[in-house]
Amino acid sequence: MDSCPCIKNIILLDSEGNRVAVKYYSDEWPTNSAKEAFEKALFSKTQKTNARTEAEIAMFENHIIVYKFVQDLHFFVTGAEGENELILVTVLQGFFDAVGLLLRGNVDKKEALENLDLILLCLDEIVDGGVILETDANAIAGKVASHSVDAAAPLSEQTISQALATAREHLARSLLK
Amino acid sequence: MAQPLVKKDDDRDDEADYSPFLGIEKGAVLQEARVFNDPQLDPRRCSQVITKLLYLLNQGETFTKVEATEVFFAVTKLFQSKDIGLRRMVYVMIKELSPSADEVIIVTSSLMKDMTSKTDMYRANAIRVLCRITDGTLLTQIERYLKQAIVDKNPVVASAALVSGIHLLQTNPEIVKRWSNEVQEAVQSRAALVQFHALALLHQIRQNDRLAVNKLVSSLTKGSVRSPLAQCLLIRYTSQVIRESANTQAGDRPFYDFLEGCLRHKAEMVIFEAARAITELNGVTSRELTPAITVLQLFLSSSKPVLRFAAVRTLNKVAMTHPMAVTNCNIDMESLISDQNRSIATLAITTLLKTGNESSVDRLMKQITNFMSDIADEFKIVVVEAIRSLCLKFPLKHRSLMNFLSNILREEGGFEYKKAIVDSIVILIRDIPEAKETGLLHLCEFIEDCEFTYLSTQILHFLGIEGPKTSDPNKYIRYIYNRVHLENATVRAAAVSTLAKFGAMVDTLKPRIFVLLRRCLFDNDDEVRDRATLYLNTLGGDGTVVQTSDDVKEFLFGSLDIPLVNLENSLKNYEPSEESFDINSVPREVKTKPLAEKKAPGKKPTGLGAPPAGPPSTVDAYEKLLSSIPEFANFGKLFKSSAPAELTEAETEYAVNVVKHIFDGHVVFQYNCTNTIPEQLLENVTVIVDASEAEEFAEVASKPLRSLPYDSPGQTFVAFEKPEGIPAVGKFSNMLRFIVKEVDPSTGEAEDDGVEDEYQLEELEVVAADYMLKVGVSNFRNAWESMGADCERVDEYGLGPRESLAEAVNAVIDLLGMQPCEGTEVVPNNSRSHTCLLSGVYIGNIKVLVRLQFGLDGPKDVAMKLAVRSEDEAVSDAIHEIVASG
Repeated sequence: MDSCPCIKNIILLDSEGNRVAVKYYSDEWPTNSAKEAFEKALFSKTQKTNARTEAEIAMFENHIIVYKFVQDLHFFVTGAEGENELILVTVLQGFFDAVGLLLRGNVDKKEALENLDLILLCLDEIVDGGVILETDANAIAGKVASHSVDAAAPLSEQTISQALATAREHLARSLLK
Repeated sequence: MAQPLVKKDDDRDDEADYSPFLGIEKGAVLQEARVFNDPQLDPRRCSQVITKLLYLLNQGETFTKVEATEVFFAVTKLFQSKDIGLRRMVYVMIKELSPSADEVIIVTSSLMKDMTSKTDMYRANAIRVLCRITDGTLLTQIERYLKQAIVDKNPVVASAALVSGIHLLQTNPEIVKRWSNEVQEAVQSRAALVQFHALALLHQIRQNDRLAVNKLVSSLTKGSVRSPLAQCLLIRYTSQVIRESANTQAGDRPFYDFLEGCLRHKAEMVIFEAARAITELNGVTSRELTPAITVLQLFLSSSKPVLRFAAVRTLNKVAMTHPMAVTNCNIDMESLISDQNRSIATLAITTLLKTGNESSVDRLMKQITNFMSDIADEFKIVVVEAIRSLCLKFPLKHRSLMNFLSNILREEGGFEYKKAIVDSIVILIRDIPEAKETGLLHLCEFIEDCEFTYLSTQILHFLGIEGPKTSDPNKYIRYIYNRVHLENATVRAAAVSTLAKFGAMVDTLKPRIFVLLRRCLFDNDDEVRDRATLYLNTLGGDGTVVQTSDDVKEFLFGSLDIPLVNLENSLKNYEPSEESFDINSVPREVKTKPLAEKKAPGKKPTGLGAPPAGPPSTVDAYEKLLSSIPEFANFGKLFKSSAPAELTEAETEYAVNVVKHIFDGHVVFQYNCTNTIPEQLLENVTVIVDASEAEEFAEVASKPLRSLPYDSPGQTFVAFEKPEGIPAVGKFSNMLRFIVKEVDPSTGEAEDDGVEDEYQLEELEVVAADYMLKVGVSNFRNAWESMGADCERVDEYGLGPRESLAEAVNAVIDLLGMQPCEGTEVVPNNSRSHTCLLSGVYIGNIKVLVRLQFGLDGPKDVAMKLAVRSEDEAVSDAIHEIVASG
């Protein structure tokens, strides 16, 4: 019996159900077509729901899926049927907020693709092989961004420290709401 | 050429679909990867190329072995760069490529250097990468560093080492187990997530050592665990310890206080984990449940859907075992019916259906009606099933529930959904006699406009069986004949068969049925015409209205007792000739199929799959069987047949069970015998019954079994006379007597000479319960009141010390052999008193109702008050007699 909370996958899709970035930690989906079928079904099932203010939840093919949408991006975290839903949603929220911080509040598909390296590093920092590594958005974003501060070339005209400042402000605003 | 990965703020507006990876192509990116080999590395450019490679992999693109190796070697060159950002991408890339063992060696030294670096980020990531790609031999080399890393000051490094340990434990347990001292130290870490990871690893290292887990839990539950995640883990481990600790009935459960304390934790995650753990405790008491239910109830009105879902899902599970505990939440639950999230709404509905009482059914149905129109079929099926069980629980409410089912049957829906509804209606018709006529009419209306051939034919078949038995079979004919006009050939053929069944059963309808069947002779489908011709002939459709003979009825209603496979084979082998095909020549034994062909033991067929099955048909079968034996033909109507009782141990040479058939003045024992020895053939099998301990019984007839070959069961019978109408009881000892003949296993032929032999069987008993038929009433109170108190007998009994109240209740139910009503045979856990309602029909067709009140008298002693009402006071007395002597 493995009683450690386990994340089966983290999925980021666009508003048409296409992949932006995905990471599978479970071998329940052995092939790419199995993964795509799962994503497609997942997308069509959740598409019409309103998961913009609060994270939503669904049961689907013996998985628990928590999800949240912003602009044209759909965030999903999948766990086992018996998993504590609130742990899953903590992971989702960590991912969601970290992406928000890293993209300086401009969270949409275009921005995500342009900073895909940050999104991939972000996924890498949240879960390692299904085990939750970190759920605090600030810590995740900090770890992902820390290297870029030292990097000679910033990714955009804005420096990362500025970016983080804006992002923090954005987070503070959202907390005060 | 792929688009370069740069920002283009200007064309953001004109091109909505713009993507930096538009038109990206694998070959081109692999070409680009050559920049990794430049002597002067451009970190930014390299990062972009890696991102493109990762993008391709992420989109499901695969690299060939050669391509992957090439990329891997190129990437290893990037360790030369001091750029931290690039290094991070390199780490991710190596993990994605999952290099083979000989490739790993190339990066090992670079990674080991990073592992001992001063930069925390390097250390943490190098550990994760190295542990991901390494094998056992390398692991011993780096073990020292990993142990240090576990207790590293930097929490990120410590977590990286611990999480890697969790993964490595699967492949190299003996190495990871050596780290337990360091892991133990990390459990005390001040960093929240380090504590979480350390606890998870420590538990996995020790999970097979119960004592160690116990110690771990007891020390940590006293101390303070910082991270909510670690606290959740601790709750899981605690409930594991509780589960495994010997169940001490008395006194408080160990660690329950800890779980309850967690309900007041500040993190919702922990509160919920604890509440769920409490509801899942083995044999949880209502006192233990209450605080957990209270916090879950608060969650129900949370603004967060996830919290509401978690709470309602848990309560739904609790409702299965402790419906009463959940009733407090009903008001909150009802408001969830209109929840935006359909999963939550469905769970709320099904929970309410489980906990609701009779008075709330109507209100609930109104709410569900509004809800049904906008949920998906899969949810609707769940609701339909919940309604079906509710209806069986409260048969009085069948009218409104049946109405609901028929309403949703008329609405749009897929096959599975419609089938679930039809199945439910069929089950209700079968189990609730009062619901039969309305239910059948609903089904009739449904087939008027049914797009599913399967459902139409099944319903027509069911109508043919149930329709003729109703008070006014006439009204169904129109519905059925309409099908003959309007449907496809399959349905038309089914409708013709159904018409014929009505014709066979209801003589007054015969002339009209003949007219209709004759019209079917002109159908343009062969099968329909053939069926019509066949039925007209068998029913004597030449104009004269005669009573349909039993043979014909058997033909129409009887089930085909020949395995279809055998019939198919025989028909294939049959060559057209003067001699017509004889169905009796078809072998009845099913050849044992090869294992591969065996179907998995499916679910018990419910609904349409097996309409005529169930208890009544076994009685019918017995009745048919017994009346076919001349010796027993004049015994009159069969009152009751018992369930088979085994007279031999399992796995003995001969397996024998007995069915007791009770007639008014006779008792017949039917011994079902099976010979399990392939080398033997038994002949002239009889059972010698010694009735010396059953004084009122006298043997009158015995029917031996001519021959009993290997593995094909046969029956032998013994009949006794007993005083008419008297529920005589007694004990019988049995001896199987037979002639045994050796069988040559190669030819299967038996030798001519046999030896007489005997085989001792166990005793059987005729008890009072054998004279009682289990017949339920749908409304006990009405039945009780209308029976009146004229023949009521009330008395009190002490049942002595009993294991539990439930055990005592079941013992009395078994003793009386009556049907428990309204689910009163279930005794709630820990209750001190219980009322049980029973109904039945006593020999002589006398209705009996019993009200049992149990109470615990002292710690274990059970006292019982027995009130009996029946149509005959002698019978009421007899029931008391049974209990008094039992």
